[in-house]
Amino acid sequence: MTVILNQSFTGISIGAVLLLIALGLTLTFGQMGVINMAHGEFIMAGAYTTYVLQKSISSAGLSLLVALPLAFLVAGAMGALLEWLLIRRLYTRPLDTLLVTWGVSLMLQQLARDIFGAPNVQTHAPDLLIGNVSVAGVTLANNRLFILGLALLCVLGLTLILRLTSLGRRIRAVVQNRDLAEVSGIATERVDRTTFFIGSGLAGVAGVALTLVGPIGPTMGTNYIVDAFLVVVVGGIGQLKGSVITAFGLGVLQSVLEYSTTVSVAKVVVLVAIVAFLQWRPQGLYTLRTRSLA
Amino acid sequence: MTTTTSPTKTTSVAQPSVSLLERFRVPGAFLLGAVLLLGIAPLVLSDFRLNLLAKYLCYAIVAVGVSLAWGRGGLLVLGQGVFFGLGGYAMAMHLKLADAADTGQTLPDFMQLYGTSDALPWWWKPFANPAFALAVTVLLPMAVAALLGFLVFRRRVKGAYFAILSQALAAALSIWLIGQQATTGGTNGLTDIQGFFGYSLNDPVNQRMVYFIIAAVLLLLMAAARQLFVSRYGELLIAVRDSEERVRFLGYNPANVKLVAYVVAAGMAGLAGALFVPAVGIISPALIGIVPSIGFVVGAAVGGRASLVGAVLGAIAVAWAQSTLSDAFPAAWTYLQGLLLVLAVGFLPGGLASLVTLLRNRRTQTRTTPTASTAPTGETA
Repeated sequence: MTVILNQSFTGISIGAVLLLIALGLTLTFGQMGVINMAHGEFIMAGAYTTYVLQKSISSAGLSLLVALPLAFLVAGAMGALLEWLLIRRLYTRPLDTLLVTWGVSLMLQQLARDIFGAPNVQTHAPDLLIGNVSVAGVTLANNRLFILGLALLCVLGLTLILRLTSLGRRIRAVVQNRDLAEVSGIATERVDRTTFFIGSGLAGVAGVALTLVGPIGPTMGTNYIVDAFLVVVVGGIGQLKGSVITAFGLGVLQSVLEYSTTVSVAKVVVLVAIVAFLQWRPQGLYTLRTRSLA
Repeated sequence: MTTTTSPTKTTSVAQPSVSLLERFRVPGAFLLGAVLLLGIAPLVLSDFRLNLLAKYLCYAIVAVGVSLAWGRGGLLVLGQGVFFGLGGYAMAMHLKLADAADTGQTLPDFMQLYGTSDALPWWWKPFANPAFALAVTVLLPMAVAALLGFLVFRRRVKGAYFAILSQALAAALSIWLIGQQATTGGTNGLTDIQGFFGYSLNDPVNQRMVYFIIAAVLLLLMAAARQLFVSRYGELLIAVRDSEERVRFLGYNPANVKLVAYVVAAGMAGLAGALFVPAVGIISPALIGIVPSIGFVVGAAVGGRASLVGAVLGAIAVAWAQSTLSDAFPAAWTYLQGLLLVLAVGFLPGGLASLVTLLRNRRTQTRTTPTASTAPTGETA
């Protein structure tokens, strides 16, 4: 029993990481139909921000706290720049955007290699986040709990922004019907850029979280990006609720399968499960009702 | 778009004066040129360079399929590495078994190294038969593509969803192969292949034979793909790419149209993988994962995805640039590769092939402008 609970907690913490990454993706994918393969490199940017900060701020706890907003800004600025330079010219060609942003991600990876070197680097976790707590025989690692909390906080914050602020209302309007939003006087281009800023910034936050559980390297983003995209596809594009459920669902499925079989078999089984799921719900768990044929 | 301007079946029926010779003049001339170029290559290139060219031609075979599925069908196939890998592994498994049999062993060398139990895994056994292995190199990729394509296209999963799923498939296969160290060679893959159906691959003469086989297969597949492009199916495929709903309303089932393109492209990738193994002597997970899978698309994107010749030449050029530049300046090559993708896909979606048409149009325009005095103004190409 405790094994199952332990394994589920591992799954939930995998899910929390996936969720942090998928949140930004579902936002940009949902609003613009754009697949941003460079999202993984924004994660990397967030992680390296933490690394650089720790060189100037010796206290690990303080540097982590400063890193969270700073990584958001750095990754967000990179995203906004990418949107302004390339993506806004490619709105009508979503598949081409995928390849173009892949090209960008190659260049960003090489840039990181040139600046920080090819080998992975490491940061120090604050003392508070090292160690475990035990609840009813289940061992919960502190850093995993922190990531889980961070992910849930991000979901909450994003939900509040989308529901309550005027920016959120504009974003939802553009997602539901871009043309109608535009004729209603919404500056859709500005909304797009803001969305891209927030979505990419969330990737930066995810990068900070990842420094707590693994090394920082130029290719760290690519390890997560495909899984995160699968979360978005299964959850339903632009649907926060769907992403949350799917991220935790896939995380638990993955870790339970890993326990009973091997990592590689688990990957294959999860993929088969996703294809089977799409037979049942090709548009994902939750869909936005529109009159569009596409 | 850059559709070929050869007469279709209907017009050739209406105009019987268009002879067979006329119809195949341009592709025929092209074929002759290609045969000459590929035939001269062994005379002027060293054995080492010829071997590299054989490798590039394998990538070009994949590009023929990419051009069909992506260029004409609009299916962004980001998982061609899967089919390339299935074909390659099937071929390599047979060659490894044949190598082992030549030296009187029952197990391939890597299995002895990793200390597997002395029995050959059951799914290796049929690969001792050359006919079975050859059939599997093409049929298994087609079967996998047919299954995935059927499930995905039937439910109208398309565009980005399809691209991500096919990419995830590539990731899953390479991760699975790495995990099965004892039976697939793991990260190393299947290496050090000595013979090819009884011919030693260390002999330059036999390497040349492998090169000629690859070149011939490439030209044959290009000819077949061209016939597919100009057939009614080819037109339907373009229609599905440009307006799937309209094709559906006309009474066709777009799922079947896309499925054929995807399956044919997969078969070509499988064959390319099978030919890659004797040419290069290795197949490994690193050659079939996410990154190489996107690499298969890059060449076609740079050369011109919808143009068969453009895609093939693009694949050869990008592969050549990669192996020449990546050794000397690895960093510069990565930047260049990224930049190529951004520029070619972002700003020249027709690839370099569209530049040729653009230049040709401009030249005919400047030539006709002086005579046609009533030409409309404002057309500055």
